[in-house]
Amino acid sequence: MEYVAAALLGFAGGMLGGLVGVGGGVLFVPALVIFLDQSQVHAEATSLLAIAFVALLGAWRQRGYGNVRVRDGVVLGVVSPLGVAAGVVVSNAVSERTLELLFAALVLVIAAQLLRRALRPAVPRETAGWVGKEGGQ
Amino acid sequence: MARDRILKLVAIATAAGMFSGLFGVGGGTIIVPLLIFWLAYGEREATGTSLAAIVIIASYATVGQALYGNVDVPLAALVGTPALVGVVAGTALQQRIPERAVALLFAALLVATAIELIIP
Repeated sequence: MEYVAAALLGFAGGMLGGLVGVGGGVLFVPALVIFLDQSQVHAEATSLLAIAFVALLGAWRQRGYGNVRVRDGVVLGVVSPLGVAAGVVVSNAVSERTLELLFAALVLVIAAQLLRRALRPAVPRETAGWVGKEGGQ
Repeated sequence: MARDRILKLVAIATAAGMFSGLFGVGGGTIIVPLLIFWLAYGEREATGTSLAAIVIIASYATVGQALYGNVDVPLAALVGTPALVGVVAGTALQQRIPERAVALLFAALLVATAIELIIP
């Protein structure tokens, strides 16, 4: 049953990514912590592997719509290791509870962003934010 | 590429990388707004380009966490495989369901998730 729940939350994470453009990890991590009893840092590590594949599919689809500036995307990825290393080291150095609370704060910030998006006045689709990014192709 | 532009990309990548490594997320929360505000990207281009960057960033971060022995491949498949279906469903559904309802629904799901994590 827990496996089904985790898989459903994984599905929701992918859907959030497809619909809103942010997502994936913000639901993968809780899926692993809440339903599969993973520690916060183990859940985060496992989430990253899933994200790499989900982002690959998302980027490929977006590229079909002409939405990917490949050179900038590659530059962003290639120059990121210093930041990545810092994050990974810190995530393994702080206590589980600290990491869990920091992550919960991140989840709330993203929820607030979504809420603001939902409540603001209607704007043309091209500038309508992460929701509707692929509308009308 | 102009030096100024390179520096901005490096700054964005470093911040996103820290987020990714620390929180186990892609870093789109950082990349998308900064591409829009600093580099005058349109919304869709920012999202698409962010996804391309995340493929590389999340791969680096996976390797980093794997060095600590934290990555569980079968569990990644368990949440990642339905997520691949979810991405396709999400992009297809986007044309048919109201944006606000979707944003509200997911905001509620995230709040519930945060509460579940905060309660020890």
